[in-house]
Amino acid sequence: MSDKKKKGPQRTVILRKREMTLAQKMNTQAVAGYVFVALFIIGFLSFMIIPMAMSFGFAFTRYNILSAPRFIGLENFKEMFTNDPVFWQSFKATMYYVVFSVPMRLIMALVIALLLVRKSKASGVYRALFYLPSIVGSSVAVAILWRRMFASDGVINSMLQAVGINCEIAWLGRTDTAIWTLIILAVWQFGSSMLIFLAGLKQIPVSLYEVADVEGANPFTRFFKITLPMLTPTIFFNLINQLINGFMAFTQSYIITQGRPRNSTLFYTVYMYQNSFTYNKMGYGCAMAWFMIVIVGALTLILFKSQNKWVYYES
Amino acid sequence: MINTVIYHIVTAVFALVMLYPLIWMVLGSFKDSNQILRDAASLFPDTFILDNYATGWRGFAGFTFGTFFKNSFIIAGISTIGAVISSAIVAYGFARCEFRLKGFWFGCMLVAMMLPFQMIMIPQYILFNKMGLVGSFLPIILPQWFGQGFFIFLNVQFIKGIPIELDDAATIDGCSIYGIFPRIILPLIKPSLVTSAIFSFMWRWDDFMAPLIYLNNPATYPVSYALKMFSDPTAGSDWGAMFAMATLSLIPIFIIFLTMQKYLVEGIASTGIKG
Repeated sequence: MSDKKKKGPQRTVILRKREMTLAQKMNTQAVAGYVFVALFIIGFLSFMIIPMAMSFGFAFTRYNILSAPRFIGLENFKEMFTNDPVFWQSFKATMYYVVFSVPMRLIMALVIALLLVRKSKASGVYRALFYLPSIVGSSVAVAILWRRMFASDGVINSMLQAVGINCEIAWLGRTDTAIWTLIILAVWQFGSSMLIFLAGLKQIPVSLYEVADVEGANPFTRFFKITLPMLTPTIFFNLINQLINGFMAFTQSYIITQGRPRNSTLFYTVYMYQNSFTYNKMGYGCAMAWFMIVIVGALTLILFKSQNKWVYYES
Repeated sequence: MINTVIYHIVTAVFALVMLYPLIWMVLGSFKDSNQILRDAASLFPDTFILDNYATGWRGFAGFTFGTFFKNSFIIAGISTIGAVISSAIVAYGFARCEFRLKGFWFGCMLVAMMLPFQMIMIPQYILFNKMGLVGSFLPIILPQWFGQGFFIFLNVQFIKGIPIELDDAATIDGCSIYGIFPRIILPLIKPSLVTSAIFSFMWRWDDFMAPLIYLNNPATYPVSYALKMFSDPTAGSDWGAMFAMATLSLIPIFIIFLTMQKYLVEGIASTGIKG
């Protein structure tokens, strides 16, 4: 009897410990966290990491998807850099597009944000109107519209004629103007950057401006000494986002200009798409993708490193 | 006073210039095709006609735009349901649980958020091709069901704003971690769920690249891809019909924009989501 009494509680303790391990372990944050995040990890591995690894492997092969990939070393990269003028044309067109469209879009976004930050009953309406193009801008519908607008008998020329400029430029047919129709389309979509700037502007403490007023600062000093420095984190964030977006632009070039004329608007992603899916050169396409990842990655890294030179973070 | 008047005139005129192309397209869809070409500067139709909608709706390759709209709603709808649910679940794990390598996985999530589809589309295509899924909606829909970076991020921010005392109270009442999520958190993050749903639907609706790569039969085309095929010079140069279908294709986006503007603006302002 006394033995049982001694053993009884001991056994239940052990039992309870076992029972609790299962139910409780599942209910600890360490396990539950993984249960909740599991979906992301599975997706990340199967739709990002595995494809990225595959892509890295294929970059060193000749692969037309029908037959097995054949290892050719650095041949794809050699071809790209030394023997494919179209590759460089597409790289140049994309660079040109990014160099002009990204700063212009950001400046436009900032200027309009400054205009709208002023309190007025209509500012909500204005904000919505300026934002609308960036919601619809990347659609096929707008791409088709753009093609019609910039045709030689399109609305742009007609409007110019209406104000007395005799203009019959075939905007889409000339190497020096075609890319600008795409840049204008990009700048037109400044709305979402504008909203981010507006949010940034509203966070600048009013007290700073009050001090500036007391010291009699003019609007320019206010802008360059207070607004702009306080806004640099927002500018930095927008810049990184728009840079990546710019390099990845596809639909505009693919639908509006199809790379014409003479590849002056052939975007990098479009040429990559053509190689992989039209010419069935999957290995070459992967090599192109990796070159772009390195370029964009390096630019992003440089921007991040340059932060302490020009981005002002309030501690 | 004069300043205010000037301010409103400048802003309103500029807004009008910005929107002019869209207005021109919408009104153009009611014009005779000849008028669009001959008299591009005119804004209003000479005679207001609906014929463009009838001819455009007929579509091509034996499929009407009814089919294409149905496909778009299926793709965008199922993708959105998946993206919203999965992102909320994953976000709860990141926001409320401490687990090993959490920082590492959160970093992976940020990388996934930044990495554009264009950079992984080729191997992803090869993968789905091996699985025999090319030509179906699955390669477009499936990846959406494993959490989307932007929406995870948005939900994490939102959940962190909910007082932890609510969780504690539920735990004392005997609620497990798995119970807290649907009972306490989910009802409170409705705004960020709505925001995720809106953006997801708009992005999938507008998406052109994934359908271009994965779909090869007109019966499966969504509106975005169908519109491109419809506008190809070989299919004709009936600009009236093209404008009509282009206008129709934007209507779901316009409706979301008009009814859900608050969520759109807040979504962008709080996470820097791209619009």
